[in-house]
Amino acid sequence: MAVLEVKNLKVEFPTRRGVLTAVDGISLSIEAGEILGIVGESGAGKSLTGAAVVGLLEPPGEVAGGEIILHGRDITHLSDKEMRKVRGAQIGVIFQDPLTSLNPLYTIGRQLTETILTHVRLSPAQAKDKAISLLHEVGIPAPEMRLNAYPHEFSGGMRQRVVIALALCCDPSVIIADEPTTALDVSVQAQIIALLKRLAKEKGVATMLVTHDMGVIAEAADRVAVMYSGRLAEIGAVRKVIDEPKHPYTVGLMGSIPQIGQNLKKLPNIPGAMPRLNTRPIGCAFSPRCTKSQDICKIKIPDLSPIPKENRHAACWLYQEENEYA
Amino acid sequence: MILSNLESKWAGFLDHDVTYSFLHSPTAIIAAIITVSFFILSFGAPFITSYTPFDPGSLDLMDGFIPPAWTSDGVAEHLLGTDGQGRDILAAIFYGTQVSLTVGLLSVVLSISIGIPLGIIAGYFGGITDTAIMRVADVQLTIPPILIALMIDGVARTVFTHSLHEVVAIPVLIVSIGIASWPQYARISRSGAMVERKKDYIAAAQLIQTPTYLILIRHIVPNVFGPTLIVATIGVAVAIIIEATLSFLGVGVPPTAPSLGTLIRIGNDFVFSGEWWITFFPAFTLVLLVLSVNLIGDWLRDTFNPKLR
Amino acid sequence: MISFTIKRLFQSVLVMLFVALLSFFLFNFVGDPISNMVGQETSHAEMDELRDRLGLNDPFIVKFGRFLGDAVQGKFGISYRLQRPVDELIVERMPATLELVFLSAVIATVLGVLGGLVTGLKPHSWFSKFILTGSLLGVSLPTFVIGILLIYIFAVTLNWLPSFGRGEVVDIGGWRTGFATVSGWKALILPAITLALYQMTLILRIIRSEMLEVLRTDFIKFARARGLKRWDINFGHALRNTLIPVITVTGLQVGSLIAFSIITETVFQWPGMGSLFIQGVQFADVPVMSAYLVLVALFFVTINLIVDLLYFVVDPRLRSDLKGGH
Repeated sequence: MAVLEVKNLKVEFPTRRGVLTAVDGISLSIEAGEILGIVGESGAGKSLTGAAVVGLLEPPGEVAGGEIILHGRDITHLSDKEMRKVRGAQIGVIFQDPLTSLNPLYTIGRQLTETILTHVRLSPAQAKDKAISLLHEVGIPAPEMRLNAYPHEFSGGMRQRVVIALALCCDPSVIIADEPTTALDVSVQAQIIALLKRLAKEKGVATMLVTHDMGVIAEAADRVAVMYSGRLAEIGAVRKVIDEPKHPYTVGLMGSIPQIGQNLKKLPNIPGAMPRLNTRPIGCAFSPRCTKSQDICKIKIPDLSPIPKENRHAACWLYQEENEYA
Repeated sequence: MILSNLESKWAGFLDHDVTYSFLHSPTAIIAAIITVSFFILSFGAPFITSYTPFDPGSLDLMDGFIPPAWTSDGVAEHLLGTDGQGRDILAAIFYGTQVSLTVGLLSVVLSISIGIPLGIIAGYFGGITDTAIMRVADVQLTIPPILIALMIDGVARTVFTHSLHEVVAIPVLIVSIGIASWPQYARISRSGAMVERKKDYIAAAQLIQTPTYLILIRHIVPNVFGPTLIVATIGVAVAIIIEATLSFLGVGVPPTAPSLGTLIRIGNDFVFSGEWWITFFPAFTLVLLVLSVNLIGDWLRDTFNPKLR
Repeated sequence: MISFTIKRLFQSVLVMLFVALLSFFLFNFVGDPISNMVGQETSHAEMDELRDRLGLNDPFIVKFGRFLGDAVQGKFGISYRLQRPVDELIVERMPATLELVFLSAVIATVLGVLGGLVTGLKPHSWFSKFILTGSLLGVSLPTFVIGILLIYIFAVTLNWLPSFGRGEVVDIGGWRTGFATVSGWKALILPAITLALYQMTLILRIIRSEMLEVLRTDFIKFARARGLKRWDINFGHALRNTLIPVITVTGLQVGSLIAFSIITETVFQWPGMGSLFIQGVQFADVPVMSAYLVLVALFFVTINLIVDLLYFVVDPRLRSDLKGGH
């Protein structure tokens, strides 16, 4: 059974020039121990999807429709107070920038025990032991010594480990990692990815890995969801999507990743840019940039539908059965 | 063609976020109207009122202490009443506002012309230049401008003889207030210049050996000017308050050409004997003027730079 | 820590020397001290003799040294206007000013910090909007106008409180205090409120904007993602991080109280240093002016020193910077 299920999620921003729909009907699910990558350009709505799941949308952004189901329980409309008990306890969150995610004025020990004690009934001494074992688990050497250190006394990669330890405080069943490696050096990136993978496998954590970096996805994810302009373009096993992308956008995306041994004069790119929220076309949002665009693409948005005989879905008229033009 | 072009420009102007924000902010509109009225009434005073309150020959002591027109002893010729020497309060306020606005605006112009160049130099060149300028600014910032203005004014008082003092009083005030408030403009333009300096296009300009003064004038100044002007709006309100305070303390504008502060000082002696209007109306005008300018400043800041809030 | 303190002390001494130099220039080159001392019928020969006797013809450095020596002992010469030693005048009037400033500082800090917190944490509540509108009016009301208004309402119209003077004072070991009598307290109320109001508004507005700023930072978002209680986030994390600017501003504002006491003392005919100074300015009484300049500078430098040292208590980053790390 899926640990986390998102059904038809909509995130809207009411502005004075009308309501902007930033996430427009996203459905996905994550199993225990699975890492689902969510990839897309900036502005595609991937970070908002993550924020919506944990109820951390910044006003005026709001969940305008759909359901978020955690362990079979609908958490979409929980009160602030109830959601607080879910966050940090059942769902751990990791943000992009480890430099700014930690409070500079407190020791990491204090920040860890504070989180533990908020959610679990433990004595301060037990919480301290737990904090040490968490730091050990995320690979921080000599954790007993580091407990009294301040965030600025750690390197970037070590700080991100601390952030991950904080997300793991209460053994969450879901982790939402929003660009966890973007602010880090490449060598450190690999270590953090390895850590996330180990946590998923060993502890069975269902992980939602939000990133714009296809390399990170290829390295870490089991399945990948490709987002374009607030909707899913394609979702499926990561190797399938990378090796044989179906949706023309994914095809373009994969084509723009340079491969070793490939001899290219120029890196291929997709002409044009993703439409802004207020200038989305009526039909498929990718149609203005799509080389395979047909008449119907400009009129009607394609549903996310299964590709026959393959365990994956794409939202493109090329693969829709009711497409009489195909 | 031209007409439609104009029309589309006008439509674009109306649709612009700033215009929208202005038209949807009643406080900003009212504050703007009040401020503009103050300008018109004060600088147009000779055309609006026939009284010349500061020409001793035109005054008649027999007209002294007339209360406002709507009270039982009031007369229609003096809407807001008269003071002890028979001056029409309303006319005195018009002329007084003129002095207050002049001193307020000119002293801010002076502060900006000291603060922006120094701030840009400090921010762009950094190093010792930066340390030297900002040290002085920091030390001065710890002392309230009003105290510095008082000191400068006090020194000027000892330098100029008494007879000369009335002539130079207003320029001295402008200089004292202007010098007293430059550091804050230096700070803002410094941080602006530092941000801009790090950008790639500046590096590009340096690379093609654009003369430094040209980089400063073409690229740094325009980027620093906007945010500084927003702060300067509130600076005008502060300068008006400082001027009024100095004049109230009796070390600002002399009673021969009084500002609002001087008028309040004159009227303050009559508060106890019940002639409240002599001090109330100038004080009310001062507060209204400062409040309006502050409101405009606040609105500008919130609109152009919500982060400054 | 110690080296930092010594460095700061050294800087403070430099600032004081600079101010002393200014004060010295004021004393020696602005106006002619001799013509201020003697009558009009004194001959030039007599004036020259006096000049020699007073050491006015000595080299600059000797004169400045002598001035410094005198200043350290608190000697600033004889007031032109009152014909009494300036130090005597100041000592006589200091208690009045310090008591007024102390009470105002308490009022301004307590109410300013509280108001700032409330409006920062709940920026959209009607209470915050009310306070903010009020605070804008507060910064638009010049201190002397507030004073006149309060006098008109509470002294002239209602006749509840006195409009001038200190009331009955009690001499305790040379310190004449108004805190010991009812009439002393009554006399203190209006001036203290007048003086506190403007500073209170400034403190309130700064704390509010700092609070709003901090609440937008990543580590507050992350604290929320960790499911911490609202109270802990607001007062444990956010407030602590606003402390540095708050300490700075509060320190500065308390310093400003000394300056603004000049106005309040004038309005309420309060027999303190401020009214002494303003009369000094009006009558070009140079010894009084230069003494006041040095005294106020000393006050500001002391406050700045205290503020700098408080930073250490608050910010671990500063502490470790000085340990020679990072």
